[in-house]
Amino acid sequence: MAKQYETVIGLEVHVELATKTKIFCGCSTAFGGAPNTHTCPVCTGMPGSLPVLNKQVVEYAAAVGLATNCSITQYCKFDRKNYFYPDNPQNYQISQLYLPICRNGHVEIETENGKKQVRIHEIHMEEDAGKLIHDEWDDCSLVDFNRSGVPLIEIVSEPDMRSAEEVIAYLEKLRLIIQYLGASDCKLQEGSMRADVNLSVREVGSETFGTRTETKNLNSFKAIARAIENERERQIDLIEDGKAVIQETRRWDDAKEYSYAMRSKEDAQDYRYFPEPDLVPIVISDEWLDTIRNQQPEFRDEKMKRYKEEFDIPEYDISIITASKHMADLFEEAVALGSNPKKVSNWLMVETLRLMKDRSIEAEDLKFSAANLAKLIALTESKTINSSVAKEVFEVMFDENIDPDQYVEAKGLKTVNDEGALRSVIETILTENPQSVADYKAGKVKAIGFLTGQTMKAMKGKADPSEINRILMELLQ
Amino acid sequence: MDITQLTALELGKKIRQREISVREAVLASQKKISEQEDSLHCYITLNTEAALMQADQIQKKIDDKTLTSPLAGVPVAIKDNICTKDILTTCASKILSNFIPPYSAEAYQNLEKQGAILLGKTNMDEFAMGSTTETSAFGVTKNPRDPNRVPGGSSGGSCAAVAADECFYALGSDTGGSIRQPSSFCGVTGIKPTYGTVSRYGLVAYGSSLDQIGPIAKDVTDCAVILEAIASYDPKDSTSVKRDSYDFTAGLVNDVKGLKIGLPNDYFGDGLDSEVKASILAAAKTLEAQGAILEEFDLGLVDYAIPAYYTIASAEASSNLARFDGVKYGYRTDDAEELHHMYKKSRSEGFGPEVKRRIMLGSFVLSSGYYDAYYLKALRTKALIKQAFDNAFDKYDIILGPAAPTTAPKFGELVSDPIKMYLSDIYTISTNLAGLPGISIPCGNDHAGLPIGVQMLAKCFDEKTLIRAAYSFEQTKERR
Repeated sequence: MAKQYETVIGLEVHVELATKTKIFCGCSTAFGGAPNTHTCPVCTGMPGSLPVLNKQVVEYAAAVGLATNCSITQYCKFDRKNYFYPDNPQNYQISQLYLPICRNGHVEIETENGKKQVRIHEIHMEEDAGKLIHDEWDDCSLVDFNRSGVPLIEIVSEPDMRSAEEVIAYLEKLRLIIQYLGASDCKLQEGSMRADVNLSVREVGSETFGTRTETKNLNSFKAIARAIENERERQIDLIEDGKAVIQETRRWDDAKEYSYAMRSKEDAQDYRYFPEPDLVPIVISDEWLDTIRNQQPEFRDEKMKRYKEEFDIPEYDISIITASKHMADLFEEAVALGSNPKKVSNWLMVETLRLMKDRSIEAEDLKFSAANLAKLIALTESKTINSSVAKEVFEVMFDENIDPDQYVEAKGLKTVNDEGALRSVIETILTENPQSVADYKAGKVKAIGFLTGQTMKAMKGKADPSEINRILMELLQ
Repeated sequence: MDITQLTALELGKKIRQREISVREAVLASQKKISEQEDSLHCYITLNTEAALMQADQIQKKIDDKTLTSPLAGVPVAIKDNICTKDILTTCASKILSNFIPPYSAEAYQNLEKQGAILLGKTNMDEFAMGSTTETSAFGVTKNPRDPNRVPGGSSGGSCAAVAADECFYALGSDTGGSIRQPSSFCGVTGIKPTYGTVSRYGLVAYGSSLDQIGPIAKDVTDCAVILEAIASYDPKDSTSVKRDSYDFTAGLVNDVKGLKIGLPNDYFGDGLDSEVKASILAAAKTLEAQGAILEEFDLGLVDYAIPAYYTIASAEASSNLARFDGVKYGYRTDDAEELHHMYKKSRSEGFGPEVKRRIMLGSFVLSSGYYDAYYLKALRTKALIKQAFDNAFDKYDIILGPAAPTTAPKFGELVSDPIKMYLSDIYTISTNLAGLPGISIPCGNDHAGLPIGVQMLAKCFDEKTLIRAAYSFEQTKERR
């Protein structure tokens, strides 16, 4: 009988905060500038330069802490983490060790196995490093300090997760909270959210933890799931073979679906942490904390509850719409502009999801505005355009956020409301298709569809299908 | 008249009254420099041509009255750990031997606004680590009063330049006595302001929680005016303090009646040279004669100040100096096989032995397993020392004692024995641990004619009383 193993997982999640400027200087955090253009003496570690804390970083970090039920350290400090690497211009990182801003929190996750709490050990603030670019051709390495000093928070969980499914649920939960706060866009692919997985296995029933490894370089939920499965199996194989799991840091290669050891505990560095003498302690007064607390938005769970009460839309739709702050905003804005909630929900659930899949974009990156969606819905409600034209217009709007009123006008897509004209077109169609008329009269109801299609074709799509149907029926009596 | 013997304020006045042109003043200083530099070596870098160009620009502004500052047109020397835009700033280290900062320190910018003219950058102990200016990578500075002796350190170049009339005043930095001790050895006046008074932005950090820039000049009046010019609240320095008043010249009052002066017994015990002791006690008596009230007291904890100081300063230095790695600026070794080899070689070749010693000491006390025993204990000691001073200042307006246990030693005497060198800082380092303001002013000479400085300390942010006591004492002496 094979032994049963349990996987024990804790996460260290780094999140890049959405501040306009860096954590300790006034340089821009914008992505994609030419190398070393978003830099100054502070974020390039020039002698004599000094850090000055960006207050917004404290507010975002505390807001995330409050939203994850943490206690906020109202007297907190920064520490220096000392290590040499060229992407780290001072050769120390300003981080928090002794008095992190948030501690002892938790979030609730839900999986197929039900609800569960994942505890958060701490959240601390720190600065990001620059980027090394290795030029194989010239056999040299270059440093770009544009990312150096971009603010990060690191969210450290307790080892409370037991499966990849729980890990993903936890990450989704964090991502939603942080996106709802506007503290980060949390994109794993672009690195604004990064998760390192601490994993160990133990026999089911065991009280003590096994030796853990830390796996880095996980750039998607899929990679995380694959890496967890892979590492679980690797550790079980070692144990079954009577070998020991070594405490080490491993790097995941998603293309090869394999991880390799980067460094073991033995060569783990001594970071020689000590309080950062260039920064004064941060005192978060009760008033400041209250202000941050009062600015907390409505989070997803509350939103879902409210939608259920306010709008007559399916629970499934609610869960999809609120799974993205941006989509929920679109929904609420369009409704506020007078659109029917059911219609808005329909557009989001059907056409929007279809095109998102087709164009492979995330909900947070939707380009069209709520105002334009509301206009489009108004155009269909007033029957100014028919539903197939509406879908065409929506697709253009989805890609380019055009104004549907102007677009419909410019392209001449309005439904023709001249009954006489429509009636004469239908009369012609009936004359040209005697067989279909005969089929219909013989009881083949399907023939109506063909005749409607022919009429719509002749009208170049700009007819109201229900009108066509009404006139057809009348003439066929 | 030898212009160079004027004080900064005397010169400033003559410039404003058109008795002396700015160019004349600069040329006079440069002549003095060219006559003496070969033997004294106060400067690492001279700003000769730029200073003359600057002189003409400043003269115009003085002529059209857009510049009316008392320091307008007065030539200054700046310690070489204070960044000066487009001018070599080496910290007297090989590792920064090619470093030209693209920005100026806030304190220097404040002086520029007053119309100061930079003569050059002065010699110092490498990264301000030393008490004699002998750890400089660019050779020693000689004490103008006796070329066989050290000028003190680490601001030895700045103090010697003032003493030798190679500038009218200078800026130094003080982490554990680096302004006050060389001022004492060279017979000049220097102030270490309250921590947070002068911005540290652009001062190459040694011990961040202890470093302060301060003035070095020929008398107390100059020092007060210079301090007023360089002090400012600077949002770029998080440890900068927004003070209620920057009116330091308000302390230039000759009146010590009723001023309570404490003489710590701890500062007059073993190890203090008897001639120095006699001179300091005589200075105290002079103030008493002017109406001050003297009292001896036990400060306590003095024995713990040196270990606490060298633990904290070295710990901070080990981290502050990590950025000098050959990657971004400064010295890089010629040949290295890979990254870590490049780091090791560049740093091994770029730093001198005293700097290496402190980096190792600092790295050690921060190491896991030792942090609590050394670094944390030192921080607690620092808090206790601050408490001891706070208690003393409940009773006294001024604490008075020597700035150094001896007069200037001969070359090699201190630098060859690090422990002896560290112990020579005994009277100055507590001030930095407690963040207090302190001043050293000449009070006499020993039998060999070497200057002795009396040190006075005041409570934090009370430079005004400090300046009043020092100024009153100075008024009892004849001008040199």
